[in-house]
Amino acid sequence: MAGQEQQRQQRRSDEHEVDEVEVPTSTTDAPTASDVDDLLDEIDDVLETNSEEFVRGFVQKGGQ
Amino acid sequence: MGIETEYGILAPGRPDQNPMVLSSQVVNAFATRPGSRVGRARWDYEDEAPLRDARGHDMSRAAAHPSQLTDVAASHGGAMPDLEDPATANVVLTNGARLYVDHAHPEYSSPEVTGPRAAVVWDKAGERVMQEAATRVGSTPGLGEVRLYKNNTDSKGASYGCHENYLVQRATPFADLVSGLVPFFVTRQVVTGAGRVSIGPDGSVPGYQISQRADFIEVEVGLETTLKRPIVNTRDEPHASADRYRRLHVILGDANLFETATFLKLGTTALVLDMVEAGTLPADLHLASPVRALHDISHDPTVQAKVRLADGREVTALDVQWAYLEAARAHTAEREPDDATAARETEEVLRRWEDVLTRLGRDPALCHRDVEWVAKLRLLDGFAAREGVTWGHPRLAAIDLQWADVRPDKGLYHRLVARGQVDRLVDDAEVARAVDEAPEDTRAWFRGQCLARYGSAVAAASWDSVIFDVPGRGALQRVPTPEPLRGTREHVGALLDASATARDLVDALTST
Repeated sequence: MAGQEQQRQQRRSDEHEVDEVEVPTSTTDAPTASDVDDLLDEIDDVLETNSEEFVRGFVQKGGQ
Repeated sequence: MGIETEYGILAPGRPDQNPMVLSSQVVNAFATRPGSRVGRARWDYEDEAPLRDARGHDMSRAAAHPSQLTDVAASHGGAMPDLEDPATANVVLTNGARLYVDHAHPEYSSPEVTGPRAAVVWDKAGERVMQEAATRVGSTPGLGEVRLYKNNTDSKGASYGCHENYLVQRATPFADLVSGLVPFFVTRQVVTGAGRVSIGPDGSVPGYQISQRADFIEVEVGLETTLKRPIVNTRDEPHASADRYRRLHVILGDANLFETATFLKLGTTALVLDMVEAGTLPADLHLASPVRALHDISHDPTVQAKVRLADGREVTALDVQWAYLEAARAHTAEREPDDATAARETEEVLRRWEDVLTRLGRDPALCHRDVEWVAKLRLLDGFAAREGVTWGHPRLAAIDLQWADVRPDKGLYHRLVARGQVDRLVDDAEVARAVDEAPEDTRAWFRGQCLARYGSAVAAASWDSVIFDVPGRGALQRVPTPEPLRGTREHVGALLDASATARDLVDALTST
C-alpha cells in the first residue's frame, strides 16, 4: 500500500510540476481495538433485544 | 444548493400502521409545536414541473407513473391545511426549509445555501427537526411511538432518497453535464458512502458495501426517481428563472450523518459542476459500463476494484477521484474567487478531499473519523469479531439500522459522536439556531422571515414564491422569488424591518 502511495505522489508531481510533494498527514491515528470496544460494551443498551424480529419488521415503502 | 432527505419511518410493534399517516403525524407534530410560526402556510405548487425533461421535452402525464406527479396534492384548495390528510401535511419552516410527506416518508428539504459548510448546518438542522417531531408524536395522546432513520433502504427492495440540488447555468449543454458528471458520480461514493450491510436491492446476498443507494441505480440517464433510477437525473424543474438556470437534481447519493461526508459530497460536486461549465474537465474518463462500475465499486470495501474506461484502461475509483481532484486544483488556481470566504471554503474542500483520498489509498481504516462507511464497517467488524458472527447475521443488520436512528441516546452514530470519535465541522449551537433561522445569503431568508414575522398572513409559499392573504385585498398576493440570490438579508432586510405587518410589506412591494 505504501509503495502504491509513493507512486501516486510521484505521478502527481510529474504531471503538474508541483514543487512541494506534500504527503498529507492524517489527523487520525490507526484505529485501536479499545476504541471500538468502548462502544461495543454499550451496544446492548442500544440494539433491540430481538434483532432478528426488529430487522424483519423494518419494512419501508419505496420513495424517490 | 440544498439537500432533500426522506427519512425511514417505523412504528415499533405496530406493523399495520400506514406510513403516510405516520409521516403526516411527524410533519404536523413539528408544525404545531409550541411557539411554531409555521401557521397555516401551504405549499404553492404553481411553478412545479416534475415531468420537464432536461433533454428538451416533457413526459406526458398519461405516460408518467403516478409517483412522478409530485406537483399535485391529493386535495387542492382551501387555505387551511387538513391536519388529518397526509397529502396536505406540507409546511414551510421559518428556516426556509420544506417539511412534508413525500410518498410514504417524512422529508426535510433544506433551504437554499451558497456553500457546502452551510449545507451541512441546515442538513443537521433537519435531523433535529426530525428528532423533535418524533419525540412530539410519541408524547401526543392517542398517537404511538414513531422512530425515524436517516438511511436509504430497508434491504427488502425499497429505497428512499437523499437528493442534492445544484443551480447551474441554463447555457451549459445538458450532454456536457452528463459526460462530465457520470465518472465522478460513480466513484465519489468511496468518499461519501454511508455504508450498507448486505448486497442487492433485496439484501439477499450477505456482505458489506460502500453505498446505501448504489444497488438501486439502474440506468445512466433518465427522468424517473422512483423506478429505473438514473446516475444523472434529467428532471428539469429549476424552481428559479427557467431561461437562466437549471436545477441539477442528484438522486444517487446516500443520506449522510457524517458532516465531512456531506461537506465533501456537496463541495466536490459543486466544483465539478464549475468545471463542466468552464470546460476544464479531463475528457478521458468515460466509463465503459457506468452502472456496473457503480455497483462493482460499492461492493468492494477494499477500494481496489478496477473498472473499465471506454478507452480500455482499467482504473480504481481512487484513480478517477484523483484525476478530478487534480483538475479541480488546476481549475481553481486559474480563477478569481468570488470572495475570500468562498475561496477559503473551496480550499478546505480541496484539502479534505485530498486528505481522504490519500488515506483511503494507504488503508481505508485510517478514515474511521471522517468517512462514514469506514466508521460503520469498523464497528461491524469489531462486533463480528467479538461475537463470532459473520455477514448475514441479523445483529449486524440491526447495527446498520441502529446507526441511522435519529435519537441521540439510541443512534449508534450519535453514540460515536458522544465518544469524540467522529470529526465535526459545525457546532451544535449553530445547528440549533438553523432549526429556526434561515441562511441570510439566499432567498430562503425572505421566505423564512416572512413566516417568522407575518406567519398568520402567509397563505402559501414555495421555493420561488410567498403568497400573502392580507386584509383590504380581495385576492391573494403572490410575491415571486425567481432569483435564488435575491431576497437575502442584505437585499430585503431594511424593507422587512420597515414593514410592521404583512399588509405594509405587500403595500411596499406593489407600490414600486
